[in-house]
Amino acid sequence: MALDSKIPGGPIADKWDRHKFESKLVSPANRRKFTVIVVGTGLAGGAASAALGELGYNVKTFCIHDSPRRAHSIAAQGGINAAKNYRNDGDSVERLFYDTVKGGDYRAREANVYRLAQVSVDIIDQCVAQGVPFAREYGGLLDNRSFGGAQVSRTFYARGQTGQQLLIGAYQSMMRQVEAGTVELFPQREMLDLVVIDGKARGIITRNLVTGEIEKHWGDAVCLGTGGYGTAYYLSTNAVNSNVTAAWRCHKRGAYFANPCFTQIHPTCIPVSGDHQSKLTLMSESLRNDGRVWVPKKHADTRKPDQIPEDERDYYLERRYPSFGNLVPRDVASRAAKAVCDEGRGVGETGLAVYLDFGDSIRRLGEDTIRARYGNLFDMYEKITDENPYKMPMRIFPAVHYTMGGLWVDYNLMSTVPGLHVLGEANFSDHGANRLGASALMQGLADGYFVLPYTLAHYLASTPLPKVTTDHPAFAEAAAGTQDRINRILAVKGDRTPREIHRELGKLLWNKVGMGRTAEGLQEALARIPAMREEFWARVAVPGDANNVNKNLEYAGRVADYLEFAELLARDALERRESCGGHFREEFQTAEGEAQRDDEQFMHAAAWEFHGVGTTPTRHVEPLQFEHVKPSQRSYK
Amino acid sequence: MNLHLKVWRQAGPDTQGRLVDYEAQNIHTDMSFLEMLDVVNEDLIKKGEDPIAFDSDCREGICGTCGCVVNGVPHGPDRGTTVCQLHMRRFKDGDTIVIEPWRARAFPILKDLVVDRTALDKIISAGGYTSINVGAAPDGNAILVPKEASDEAMNFAACIGCGACVAACKNASAALFTSAKVSHLALLPQGQVERDLRVVAMVETMDAAGFGACSNEGECEAVCPKGIKIEGIARMNREYLRASVVPRPMPQGAFAG
Repeated sequence: MALDSKIPGGPIADKWDRHKFESKLVSPANRRKFTVIVVGTGLAGGAASAALGELGYNVKTFCIHDSPRRAHSIAAQGGINAAKNYRNDGDSVERLFYDTVKGGDYRAREANVYRLAQVSVDIIDQCVAQGVPFAREYGGLLDNRSFGGAQVSRTFYARGQTGQQLLIGAYQSMMRQVEAGTVELFPQREMLDLVVIDGKARGIITRNLVTGEIEKHWGDAVCLGTGGYGTAYYLSTNAVNSNVTAAWRCHKRGAYFANPCFTQIHPTCIPVSGDHQSKLTLMSESLRNDGRVWVPKKHADTRKPDQIPEDERDYYLERRYPSFGNLVPRDVASRAAKAVCDEGRGVGETGLAVYLDFGDSIRRLGEDTIRARYGNLFDMYEKITDENPYKMPMRIFPAVHYTMGGLWVDYNLMSTVPGLHVLGEANFSDHGANRLGASALMQGLADGYFVLPYTLAHYLASTPLPKVTTDHPAFAEAAAGTQDRINRILAVKGDRTPREIHRELGKLLWNKVGMGRTAEGLQEALARIPAMREEFWARVAVPGDANNVNKNLEYAGRVADYLEFAELLARDALERRESCGGHFREEFQTAEGEAQRDDEQFMHAAAWEFHGVGTTPTRHVEPLQFEHVKPSQRSYK
Repeated sequence: MNLHLKVWRQAGPDTQGRLVDYEAQNIHTDMSFLEMLDVVNEDLIKKGEDPIAFDSDCREGICGTCGCVVNGVPHGPDRGTTVCQLHMRRFKDGDTIVIEPWRARAFPILKDLVVDRTALDKIISAGGYTSINVGAAPDGNAILVPKEASDEAMNFAACIGCGACVAACKNASAALFTSAKVSHLALLPQGQVERDLRVVAMVETMDAAGFGACSNEGECEAVCPKGIKIEGIARMNREYLRASVVPRPMPQGAFAG
């Protein structure tokens, strides 16, 4: 199938307005006749449920948590970008668009990014009206800060809990629709299959995580907002229940998976301390505004940081990137940390950490100012590491954080399965090969509140959708397949826990498909993953049964999917023979060790078509055109 | 270090539960409390036994999913801390730790330490929002909010909905939870229009859900991982009184939608 991105014609600044006008509408009286399934209640799914419910659609919303308010968008700390230019410092839709395309290393779709920048301003208005307590100035106006190396102050924030407040805003709006009867909520449900009838997405299969029942739900369209796949690496900043299962099952039903190798390794996380660790904790990127990153100049220097004199320290980001210094984008900062640790200059017990030092800022601004800015983060750091960052530099190291790849979607957010729409982190389109700070919240809410309500209406109004019920044989087939897979997992009765196998897979991905990738390493990963998969199906241990709460069974199902997905991740990384953004192939770097893109060969999105587990998938290509932002070597020097 | 655990095991909502003894061995002081339970569960799985069911997700104290009563205190001995952020360096080798689920009539136990907190969502759906639709909002800076009001609203908006306040209360009252949302919105200009309707609808829903009354013990505040203050409850009561004594038509279900 040829990929049609359906980018509207006309000048880029007019595309979205024109597209909205040319889209078909569903009249208010007809909306309740359409049933829309939304899976996931993070910023994208929660916002979509609220917006569609307000319009009068009949919405069925599903989440794996006990409450929709728990989705992992809640953990986002830093903020949300919007091109409001409230600071009079030269921001504009054009500039946010430019920064995002450049930050994505020219692997995002220009038209989508422009639309994102356009609707960013509406998001702030919407959230303020909901009562999101954004930070304010004394005059009562909204406060902004500069974030993630942006040269304008366009980030809105609510202390270090911006994701939480935006998510609660979306959740509350959605709960209002639950009360109004337009949204029916299904918590504690895990989507385990997509039901495709006559080539269109018409329903889902879920497992009730309390009773174990396999349930069938029909709809006129399915909207997926199930997040990214960072947990494939076992250790990441993601929540422990975040997973790739829903997206992967859609892929197996025909939705192409795009650019899975574009993974974001976040530079400022608390380092790994041991095998027992179940997740890694992010220390907000905003810390780099006042913290200086350094390692000792000497190799294997075991002195305490306060005993290393100034001239024996290497502030390597300031040295390598004098104009952006400690504020270079995430991919650049992470790679630089890896480079100094690879040289043997890493710090801490494991040697896999660098210092983030607030000493200068504390001397300049006073401890109180630093506490006011970052107090909650410093407390969290101390709680986890038992070290006081006011007295000693933090130790940080990169960790898997966000995934730019995801299910391929066209301009309307529709996947290659008609009717299946994909929102937020679960899709691939807006961040290219690297996401800038404070842009994930923006994209999730843009898709849910402001894009999907228009594009979904067009789909519903222009597509023949004959009535289906869950009696259709396609539902029975999908439900039986789901039940069979659960039965097979339970039947293994082996001696290895899902966690052990997951940890092993995670280590392999981190080492071979992590911050620095080589053809040799990727081939090794591709050889080892099928063996791990076999091991899983021969030796996994899942006691208990399927008809009640069985978290180990849920987990085992997700691990089984990571073991299939991981192969695609490695294959995509192998086939993309260039370095760009978060995808760094050691073979392709400049003399100074920066990512070397190959625009001739790879200025495209790679969208993979599934043919069966263990069968080589087909790589389709969507060429990307850059008419407005001229591709250049990204430079932060 | 090695620890003795007494953990509440209950197969399902309608079965009898009991405390069961486990040994947690080779526990590292850097582990979080839930990572310690992960280690115990790994052993149980290997022995073919049903692992201890407990809820958790973000494991950094913000999602509100986790929660259990540790030695009689919701979320354990550290102030302002969810149980996922409680670390084992807080305990000593040889300690006995009793681990139980939240206990409240409005939170039925689903399995072991997992409870159903849907009742909290019902309170929010009764009125914990401003009734504005997507697309109609005025410019963000058209609404001036005094910094003090915004900061104070944020103090209450920080609630993570974990339910520890209910678990700590001898009456299993959800007053702290409900008052946090009432306060967040009552403190902001955006929340004024529906202020009276909101507090009445939320308080009535809270009562109907089976939560007990507040008798001002303050245990909720003591265990709240986000430091929500009980002055919120005083505000909620004031708001409720104000809304109740001012005559106005208040038809059933008028608030939703």
